[in-house]
Amino acid sequence: MGEAIAFYVIAAFILGFAVLVVSTKDTVHSVLFLVLDFLFVAALYVLLQAPFLAAIQILVYAGGIVVLYLFVVMLVNLKRPPEAHQDPHRRTKLGLGLAAAVLLELGAILVYTSTRPATAAAATAALPPVTGNTEQVGWLLYTNYLIPFEIASMLLLVAMIGAIILAKREL
Amino acid sequence: MITPTHYMLLSAALFIIGVIGVMARRNIIIIFMSIELILNAVNINLIAFSAQLQNAVGQVFAIFVIAVAAAEAAVGLGIILAFYRNKETVNIDEMNLMRW
Repeated sequence: MGEAIAFYVIAAFILGFAVLVVSTKDTVHSVLFLVLDFLFVAALYVLLQAPFLAAIQILVYAGGIVVLYLFVVMLVNLKRPPEAHQDPHRRTKLGLGLAAAVLLELGAILVYTSTRPATAAAATAALPPVTGNTEQVGWLLYTNYLIPFEIASMLLLVAMIGAIILAKREL
Repeated sequence: MITPTHYMLLSAALFIIGVIGVMARRNIIIIFMSIELILNAVNINLIAFSAQLQNAVGQVFAIFVIAVAAAEAAVGLGIILAFYRNKETVNIDEMNLMRW
């Protein structure tokens, strides 16, 4: 029951943000909706017992690829009028508020982990080595799928060199 | 009870939204983002079946898909930058240098 509710809520968010990504006029807003969409896809991976893939999704997609998109949108989007500055202190207040929220969260995590120190670590240490999700994926990657893994790394190297050469002003 | 069919329907819907984005929009950056949505739909399918069959191979292939998506994004955005430097546009209707 709980799984069904979680699935339907996450699916609704994924599809809603996907529609917003392809329908928004402003490209910057579109990129930001893409971040939210990727975060909800990561939540779906957690629901599917794939926490390692969820972490990869957040790190690579929401953290890496989307920042790349944002850079390109900022470099390319010249026709947008510069925003009018009405209240110069508004953003400072917003930034201070967000920083305080992050500080609170960090403090809560610290208090939580110091009050319950050993349970999580003991639970993972008690498991055999090839039953956890990350261990399974890593074991497969470095045994049965070693050659595709190396080819993927080669592909990333080629893509990196290609992107540098394409984006350079003159060779 | 959530079956793999539910995940496949979600994945198909996400895929179709991505295809609509590729077909309907004229901004090439939006088109690239729609391609990322399509690749995410593929990943949802792979991981749903990985969970259903209790087999981590689907997750390994999802990692490969993510690596290919990263490579595609890097090269594609490099092409967009190089093109924008020459033609000052990101509209694909004006990208007809190699059309015969």
